[in-house]
Amino acid sequence: MMNLDEIEKNLIKEVSGVTGVPDGAYNFRLNGKSIGRKSSKNINVDSLTDKDGLKITIQPGTKNEAVHIPVIIDASGHKETVHNEFIIGEGAEVTIVAGCGIYNCGVDNSMHNGVHVFRVGKNARVRYIEKHYGMGPGAGKILNPTTELYLDEGAEAELEMEQIKGVDSANRKTIAELAAGAKIKINERLFTHGRQTVDSKIQVTLIGEDSTADIVSRAVARDKSAQNTALEITGQTKCRGHSECDAILMDDAIVKATPTLNAENLDAELVHEAAIGKIAGEQLTKLMTLGLTREQAEAQIINGFLK
Amino acid sequence: MLDVKNLNFKIDGRQILSDFSFSVKPGELVVITGPNGSGKSTLAQLLMGIKTPDSGQIFLDGQDITKLNITERAKAGVALSFQQPVHFKGVKVKDLLGVALTGEDTVYAENLDNDAISDALLKVGLKPEEYLDREVNNSLSGGELKRIEVASVLVRKPKLLIFDEPEAGIDIWSFDNLVKIFQDIKAAKTTTLIISHQERLMKIADRIVVIENGKIKVDGSFAEVIK
Repeated sequence: MMNLDEIEKNLIKEVSGVTGVPDGAYNFRLNGKSIGRKSSKNINVDSLTDKDGLKITIQPGTKNEAVHIPVIIDASGHKETVHNEFIIGEGAEVTIVAGCGIYNCGVDNSMHNGVHVFRVGKNARVRYIEKHYGMGPGAGKILNPTTELYLDEGAEAELEMEQIKGVDSANRKTIAELAAGAKIKINERLFTHGRQTVDSKIQVTLIGEDSTADIVSRAVARDKSAQNTALEITGQTKCRGHSECDAILMDDAIVKATPTLNAENLDAELVHEAAIGKIAGEQLTKLMTLGLTREQAEAQIINGFLK
Repeated sequence: MLDVKNLNFKIDGRQILSDFSFSVKPGELVVITGPNGSGKSTLAQLLMGIKTPDSGQIFLDGQDITKLNITERAKAGVALSFQQPVHFKGVKVKDLLGVALTGEDTVYAENLDNDAISDALLKVGLKPEEYLDREVNNSLSGGELKRIEVASVLVRKPKLLIFDEPEAGIDIWSFDNLVKIFQDIKAAKTTTLIISHQERLMKIADRIVVIENGKIKVDGSFAEVIK
């Protein structure tokens, strides 16, 4: 890998799973600067000319390729806003691995605001993986991701968005608009501890006929952390939408979940499920009868829930 | 193998088990039956350590396990199949059975003995390829959850197997499969207690213990109990 120290390598591994130079296109960003970039035959990675960020263009018909764009910050007090645009050509199939890790050992807050805009062409398929992670004994590790998706006819997007741990404050916003026959699946996993706070808003608008959305948000809040999740689906035509918000509450944590379904057409089928509660006693008991201690049983349930 | 001596247990002033004593020999299969509320499930929970007796002692292979907690009893070789299977959102069948097999947190385990887990699923009539990656929640039917519950104790290969109404929630075809499982357990000489109202299971048993009002009313063979 590029010239990185152990902390930086660890951050990249946590947020992207990468331990060396990945196959295909990539851009690695450290403390506001690109430290390694490569385009491939079908995926072009360029700098934006008017903003700090990247324009990533995936050629129509590209199959089974990936692009990695992890961001890491280990300079205490570094604050940045990054705009990345993704143009995914008609019929392309691509995996995009993003994510941001912050190590802070200083007295000033470090912050990354990431704005990702996806324009997904007709019948294209994108899988987007984003992990956020904070570590270090210093001041705030702040991550505010905004993700916008515009899906053309028949396009599909699958989002796996995870806030692993160590993020002191997060303001997450995900917006998607779907044309006819387009599909989106969003899996969000949030873990907060200490006095961390997270606000997450996901808004999906089903504009085209037979478009579908499936949103699942799972969260674990422990200690004195607080989470506020708002899932909103708007159906403007014949469409199907499902959202599910589940949270495990521990210690003195607070979770607020606000579902919104806007049906603007008689044939819009929208469903929401929500459940917030502590770990059920019988779950702990069952796992203890299999040989786990209470603490191990708790970890098994949380890990499984967030996996 | 199992010796229960003078167990007393009451809830809200109501005596559930009263000076309750009985023994199970190594390799014996014993069915415990009796009317609802007679104390059968309470006995199972006392043996597993989920409930604590007011007085009395429980010995497993001569070791006093009365003061051991649930985890310690599991490690000592006691296994309980719950009457009502527990739902786990996010925990997959292979993870749950992996915990049962190893006694360790398995969500991120990479070296699970998948053959043993698959074998346990096959024993309860479930195809591993269809169930290993399913979540143990209400996406499964009651019967499927019950079979996975039974598999979770079979995979442990414990010294003492306890089943609390294994037939509850199982359809007639699956019940045939369950009977076969108990026949195999008996042939393997695994010490087993089954809490059940099912005559077919009583016919397999070496002994039947009938409990009424927290006390043993009859203890004998199927023929003796029917008489």
